[in-house]
Amino acid sequence: MLRWLFFAAFVRPLVFLFLGLKVRGYEHLPIQGPALVVANHNSHLDTVVLMSIFPLSSLPDLRAAAAADYWASGGFKAWFASKIIGIVPVVRKRDGAKLSAQEVLEPIDSALKAGRIVIFFPEGTRGEPERLQDFKVGLGILAKENPLVPVLPVYLYGLGKALPRGEALLVPQFVDAFVGAPALFTGEVGPFVRHVQTTIEEMREGAGRDEVWE
Amino acid sequence: MTQLMAWVDQAVAFRPHLTHNVVVAMGGVIAFLIVATLIGQGLALVKPGKFMNTVNTRINAWWVMAGLLIGTLVLGKRAFIIFMGLVSFLALKEFLSLVPTRRSDHRALFWTYGAIPVQYVALSKGWFGLFIVYIPLYHLLVGPLRLALRQETKGFVSSTTNIHWGMMLTVFCLSHLAYMVTLGEDINPAGGGPGLVLWLLLLTQLNDVSQFLWGSTLGKRKILPQVSPNKTVVGLLGGVLNTTILGALTAPFLSPFDTLKGALVGFFIGFAGFAGDIVMSSVKRDMGVKDTSDLIPGHGGILDRVDSLTYTAPVVFYIIYFGWL
Repeated sequence: MLRWLFFAAFVRPLVFLFLGLKVRGYEHLPIQGPALVVANHNSHLDTVVLMSIFPLSSLPDLRAAAAADYWASGGFKAWFASKIIGIVPVVRKRDGAKLSAQEVLEPIDSALKAGRIVIFFPEGTRGEPERLQDFKVGLGILAKENPLVPVLPVYLYGLGKALPRGEALLVPQFVDAFVGAPALFTGEVGPFVRHVQTTIEEMREGAGRDEVWE
Repeated sequence: MTQLMAWVDQAVAFRPHLTHNVVVAMGGVIAFLIVATLIGQGLALVKPGKFMNTVNTRINAWWVMAGLLIGTLVLGKRAFIIFMGLVSFLALKEFLSLVPTRRSDHRALFWTYGAIPVQYVALSKGWFGLFIVYIPLYHLLVGPLRLALRQETKGFVSSTTNIHWGMMLTVFCLSHLAYMVTLGEDINPAGGGPGLVLWLLLLTQLNDVSQFLWGSTLGKRKILPQVSPNKTVVGLLGGVLNTTILGALTAPFLSPFDTLKGALVGFFIGFAGFAGDIVMSSVKRDMGVKDTSDLIPGHGGILDRVDSLTYTAPVVFYIIYFGWL
């Protein structure tokens, strides 16, 4: 209830009026889960913007993969991330030792198997504003484990300008979300990751908004 | 007819900040839109096609714009001021999303948006001094200082200019329309503040439309082909002629001017509207876009709709405020 209220009364006015989000490709949105939504990652706002693309009725199914060491470390932030945003906490390291990719991705995998629409940033981190880094292999592993789950590529523009990494002040700025056609696992992990990355890079070039921002 | 006028008097009794003439003018706008809608929908039935769809999309958007305008004016002066503050916000956002800014401008941009509430509170309180110096002077001095403190000198000049010019057009210039609504019936007995706002908007928007219609029907010689290939000499002169006549006819009804002075103000509006239009066209051409956004269906962005107003509002405001005519 609190989650619904937060999105209906705060996030949506913020995203659509204050920022002015424009969505292209509504027709590609899945009507119900499971689905894996992958997007470029530049700003803390990316997650709530991606959630706003979906109708409010999809909210109960929406989850976002997030680093457990940052977002699930207790206190208000952890409560907010799990109860309001609805994260799937991803543990990257346990007792100082790196976990295998399968172990890291296990919570996302179960969320998909439970029929959730999971938001996933295959770059792994936010990186420099308005720049794309190479996608990591995790996307391919998840797709391989769930070959029937559609992978929805989304290109986000402008959020790195509205709220770049390391800034706390949010500045109004037009934001675009380009939703591409859903892709299904093609049989090989590496080529599939590159295929999705190319799709997002093409959407970015098609958007004509690939200027370097310094 | 007498029944209609009785309704108008009832409306005036109910909303005393509106004069009789203002209520009649609002009714006229609504009647005009009803007729336009009927004709548009009728033609779409007789001759369906892309052209009539575009025309009807535009008419529908006019309903929303006129509805917001009349609605907030009926609600009260404060509602209209808040509405204009929102228009400034959206226009500034469009402008600053269009022109290039740098990553290091981030915090300065935040303070740029902070100018909107200050400017609109100043005018709503009638603080003319703050209204007139806040953006043109204080922001002019402090804005570049804020950027200098960032010590990022590459692109400093263009960032300073882009930010300040955008703020001048979308906040300072547009806020003159909001200031007009606060002017009382001592300055404008026929219509008060709301009458001035309606009069200026009516002339500015009909000037846009007349320039377009004259240009597209009779226009041949292009006036500024490098800036706007659709603007012609006939379009400009025909539009100015229409607006001069319309100014003369409507001035005694809504403004403090008599017929002759109304014609002169209409003449100024004709040229000022054209100026605002081609300045924004130059911005769009430089940035390589056709419209500033697609917020208003069929019209483009907010800036596409208020470009003429950024010039006509200050021009008319000072003629009235300082009593130059």
